[in-house]
Amino acid sequence: MRRASLAIALLAAFTAGPVAPAAVDRPATFSDSGPEPQLSRIFSEIEKNQLDVALEKTESLLRQYPNFRLGHLIKGDLLLARSQKLSTLGNAANAPQERLADLRDEAIARLNAYRDKPAKTNYVPRYLLQMQPDQKHAIVVDTQKSRLYLYQNDDGRPRFVADYYITHGKLGADKMREGDKKTPVGVYHVTSSLPLNKLGDFYGSGAFPINYPNEWDKRQGRNGHGIWLHGTPSDTFSRPPKASDGCVVLANTDLDALAKNLQVGLTPVIISNSIEWLSFDDWKTERASLNKKIDDWRTDWESKDVNRFLKHYSKKFQTKDQGIDQFAQQKRQVNAGKEWIKVKLSNQSMFRNPGKEEVVVVTFDQDYRSNNLNNQMKKRQYWVREDGTWKIIYEGSV
Amino acid sequence: MRPSPSTPSLARLPGLIIGFAMSVSVSFAIAADTLPDIQRLMKQGQMPQALEKVDAYISTKPKDAQGRFLKGLILTEMGRPADAIPVFTRLTEDYPELPEPYNNLAVLYAQQKQYDKARTALEMAIRTHPSYSIAHENLGDVYAKLASQAYDKALQLDSSNSVTQSKLSLIRELISTSAKPGVKPSATSSRPAPEPAKIAVAEPLKPTVTPQPAAVVTPVVPPVSAPVKPIEKAAEQAKAEKPLEKPTEAKATDGDGQAEVSKSLNGWAGAWSRKDVKGYLSYYASDFQTPNGMPRKAWEAERAQRIDKPGKLQVGVEEVRIALAGDKATVKFRQHYNSASLKSTASKTVVFVRSGGKWLIQQERVG
Repeated sequence: MRRASLAIALLAAFTAGPVAPAAVDRPATFSDSGPEPQLSRIFSEIEKNQLDVALEKTESLLRQYPNFRLGHLIKGDLLLARSQKLSTLGNAANAPQERLADLRDEAIARLNAYRDKPAKTNYVPRYLLQMQPDQKHAIVVDTQKSRLYLYQNDDGRPRFVADYYITHGKLGADKMREGDKKTPVGVYHVTSSLPLNKLGDFYGSGAFPINYPNEWDKRQGRNGHGIWLHGTPSDTFSRPPKASDGCVVLANTDLDALAKNLQVGLTPVIISNSIEWLSFDDWKTERASLNKKIDDWRTDWESKDVNRFLKHYSKKFQTKDQGIDQFAQQKRQVNAGKEWIKVKLSNQSMFRNPGKEEVVVVTFDQDYRSNNLNNQMKKRQYWVREDGTWKIIYEGSV
Repeated sequence: MRPSPSTPSLARLPGLIIGFAMSVSVSFAIAADTLPDIQRLMKQGQMPQALEKVDAYISTKPKDAQGRFLKGLILTEMGRPADAIPVFTRLTEDYPELPEPYNNLAVLYAQQKQYDKARTALEMAIRTHPSYSIAHENLGDVYAKLASQAYDKALQLDSSNSVTQSKLSLIRELISTSAKPGVKPSATSSRPAPEPAKIAVAEPLKPTVTPQPAAVVTPVVPPVSAPVKPIEKAAEQAKAEKPLEKPTEAKATDGDGQAEVSKSLNGWAGAWSRKDVKGYLSYYASDFQTPNGMPRKAWEAERAQRIDKPGKLQVGVEEVRIALAGDKATVKFRQHYNSASLKSTASKTVVFVRSGGKWLIQQERVG
């Protein structure tokens, strides 16, 4: 009787339409973690007007996740539906609208992400151009979708492992300033694992700082600090999609699962507003052309022809202490004494920086040998697309 | 409909027992003196004495459902839920087909805010008696409480103070025994012909006039001396399997007049519930005294507008007492009004007059 209206009301929340039940049937190539599969089934029961079944499933979901607030909200609705008409998801009288809106947003984020799970596609995040061999995993965050994706390094090709619901900054992404309550967008890596005994309950089961602000951020004048991946306080399973001061927050169980795959100092964490996906073929092409460019740079360096070498550098090139002119002058001086140069690169990674500007962060071990100097270093370069070609705009040791 | 939050539900008890004593008395040979005695004591509020008697009664008939049920009620009245709960629990174990102990158990659990348990108990009551309207109504309240608890958890609220204490209806009599001979406790099995069964009088709510929304007018009237059916819930539930009959101490005189008035009252409540405005208005006499003497047309228009609103509507009458005097009948009853936006219970008095073979409403007032 009043059921149809409930289903409509709840589903109306999903701009993208009803949750595809197909998601449930897809052969699982990974173990689904988190409450999304159950949530999705609950909503599909609601859609079928099987409110009793939906309530049973909700109660079973809550047995598994007792502090899952969204689950409690749906339970409240399903109970209330037995005695009155419902108008929306979350019919609590006199409830603070903000909190209701937060839970609705969470429902939408979770259901949409579940429906669009990337495993079924042949697409990869554009940012993961190349992982270095010892990077076992990479993390890509989509702040708009409130989702974190874990990829495995499968012989250079990123292979999807799992995805998790996340919370990011109250005021969104693109952090610029200290205290702006935004999550940075860029290519980072985990820098440490903070010991549990130094964390309050607020950070849940762990915390992994990332290297914001990185070289590129500083160059752009961005500041602030203390951006972490961390867990959730014990009184709730999850937080609303936008609630942190800039950190990326996961459910404790998810953080624990993720932590097993994190390599401190190594695992890339790429945070985007909205992930750009490339088909596997396009991804291969883009990766090859960049590799070619980097190899050109290396061989031009070995050629001792300073002009050929310098044409790989942007006019806006800037290191910590040199602009392009000083850099060029120094290279010319040094090169005068060279009879031969050998440069070997290894352990190379390439990650595209999310955002409008086309920037790729390249990191490698550089083995430089010449008649009068040998040197080994880990170097990081920022390549930027300028006038249709890739140029180096920053480089420095890591 | 539920009374003001400050009124503990039990406070309403004394009013309840009307009609109770009669029904039981017939059947018990030896115990006949005792059970009504106990009920009298209860009615007088002498709970410790009632408890003593009921304990003595049970010691001679340990299996007797009626006695144990009364004991549960007495303990409930005495504010001893911890003692009352096991009594009702054991009744549900020994007589799983009786809905009343489940219902009362649920009331006690709900008082202790154990809504999950209350829900389970009520669902059991309904499983055995699918159209048990009191249990349904209570279950609706329990669902609402559970929903509110779920919302509290979802939104980190503490609404325990702001929300009205739930008021589930305690059932005061064990009826279903008479309907199912096989189930009867031994004591009652000797009961003679199915007497007008007792009623599961829902609780006589306090005659508070709860703020009634639109529909303030409520004329209703059934005669109760003859076994009348105190309609439980509106039309929808009229055919509930438990035709509650209420053997009030009515003088069974004038039975026909009573029955006619009652029929009229029920018809009126039914038309109202169906939102049949025309039918509803047809129950009003031409000389009906409109509120504040407003013109009849305006009053009709107002009624039509108020009745014909979207959403469910249920109007039920209960505890109907009809005083017949010639062509005039003064009917007092409790009216349950249940709409999408409001649930209320109020005492009402309606004066019917006989007009052309029909009983029509001449006056209608709250209280």
